[in-house]
Amino acid sequence: VKYMLLICAGDGVEVPPETPNIEQWLAKVGSRRLHGSEMRPISDATTVRTRGGEVLLSSGPFAETSEHIAGYDLIECADLDEATEIAASHPVAYFGSVEVRPLHE
Amino acid sequence: VSVEAEVTAVFRAERGRIVATLIRMTGDWDMAEECVQDAFARALDHWPREGVPHRPGAWLTTVARNGALDRLRRTTREAAILREVADRSVYDEPMDLDDGGIQDDQLRLIFTCCHPALPPEARVALTLRVITGLTTAEIASAFLVSEATMTKRLVRAKQKIRNAGIPYRVPPAHLLPERTSAVLAVLYLLFSEGYAASAGAELIRQQLCADAIDLATTLTQLMPDEPEALGLLALMLLHDARRGGRMDDSGELVPLEQQDRTRWDTEKIDSGVGLLDTALHRGNPGPYQIQAAIAACHATARRAADTDWAQIAQLYGRLVSMNRSAVVELNRAVAVAMADGLAEGLALTDALTEAGELDGHHLLPATRADLLRRMDRRGEAAVAYRQALMLAPTDTERRYLAKRLSEVTAAVARPMPAGAPTAGQVAVSVTPSASSISWTARQDGTTPRPEG
Repeated sequence: VKYMLLICAGDGVEVPPETPNIEQWLAKVGSRRLHGSEMRPISDATTVRTRGGEVLLSSGPFAETSEHIAGYDLIECADLDEATEIAASHPVAYFGSVEVRPLHE
Repeated sequence: VSVEAEVTAVFRAERGRIVATLIRMTGDWDMAEECVQDAFARALDHWPREGVPHRPGAWLTTVARNGALDRLRRTTREAAILREVADRSVYDEPMDLDDGGIQDDQLRLIFTCCHPALPPEARVALTLRVITGLTTAEIASAFLVSEATMTKRLVRAKQKIRNAGIPYRVPPAHLLPERTSAVLAVLYLLFSEGYAASAGAELIRQQLCADAIDLATTLTQLMPDEPEALGLLALMLLHDARRGGRMDDSGELVPLEQQDRTRWDTEKIDSGVGLLDTALHRGNPGPYQIQAAIAACHATARRAADTDWAQIAQLYGRLVSMNRSAVVELNRAVAVAMADGLAEGLALTDALTEAGELDGHHLLPATRADLLRRMDRRGEAAVAYRQALMLAPTDTERRYLAKRLSEVTAAVARPMPAGAPTAGQVAVSVTPSASSISWTARQDGTTPRPEG
């Protein structure tokens, strides 16, 4: 099953000392990670809506929330238990959160 | 015994494990349930004419499995599954229902229904629907939601199992402790729902308790090395044993102290105490064993005055260190009040009031009110009873609190009970199950529920 890990974090959160680094995580996940990337901050985001043929642009993310998507990783693994274990060891899981979403396929 | 009664008995005893086996064979939850349902319908048709088979469970499994194979044959889309099923040579599978494989199926099903990725309310509903075979309407009525809501909840849960890839298995060793406690929490929540007094649907509620006890029994057989499973089963039996004394003839809740203890089920108490002993001998006490020990203190006291409050206070102390929650602290406060003196208990409730964790919860003012009443501080007791009345969630509790309030505000001062404090009406807020439910609730994010 393919899962999208949405890596979410708040602004200016302190990183606890026991947080593993991303290299450790990448080594652990290995080839199960298909691709992924960190994202630039929400101040660089633009949200687009098309309504009645009109295109509306607004600066910032689509919803005001305390945490924002800071990156994503697409992984492929056997089942949800494996996916949540991978998500749980992601550095951001130690101070933010990781949403695990199975792909529709 | 009529054949219908026999089918019903077999349904209760065997349905869960047959569904579990069918899910393993087909991977399709809905089809598994439908085929098992069809098999029971066939039984109702065949058994009156042909007699009940020697091993009814095996008969039903075979019929359900053949039904599933027929369905799979009809759909080419699922040809791959059919091949896989055939590869596992289900036709030749021995039909010994006691064999380890089928026990594993049951355990797989329980763990999957209680998977922490499912919402707590869906875990309970799924366990009831899939394992015990209650109808959606029955489950909806037990949980006071509409049938449409319950249907949606069940459909979504099954969809999530399929779409999110929740594995159908007993979790591997490193996940087992956490997952086992999730299973125990679901079973206890199920029991608590059934145990909580409520008008209407009483039969279904009793059924929930019976189902929870059956499932916990199964779990203790499947996981004989898990003392907390034994502890949970003991706890359920010790509460269930007191069912007969919990309500008077007009349906009002009777506080623990005033219950007619001859109406308690001594056989259940004995087996609860026996299971608890077995569990404690493993030397690995957990929250369910501690709560069962508290329940045993109450259940084995011949009179309310014989209750060993000192031991109960100590047990709550241990529970606080394992699973601290404000409601457990509150229960400890009452036990301390009973064991060491009202003032000591009241001081503990003051600390809880200050901490603010139980703000908006009637249990705290109700407990304070009872302690103050016993100390004959009537004015303060009345204030606390009024606070509790505003917050109490059920009519039964409001009636009880209003009665108490009228006592402490009565114009003519009557003598208050003299001598050492006894369990008394504090029981409405602080019987063991209030704390245990809150413990379960803490894990599941549901609201604590008081017991009468």
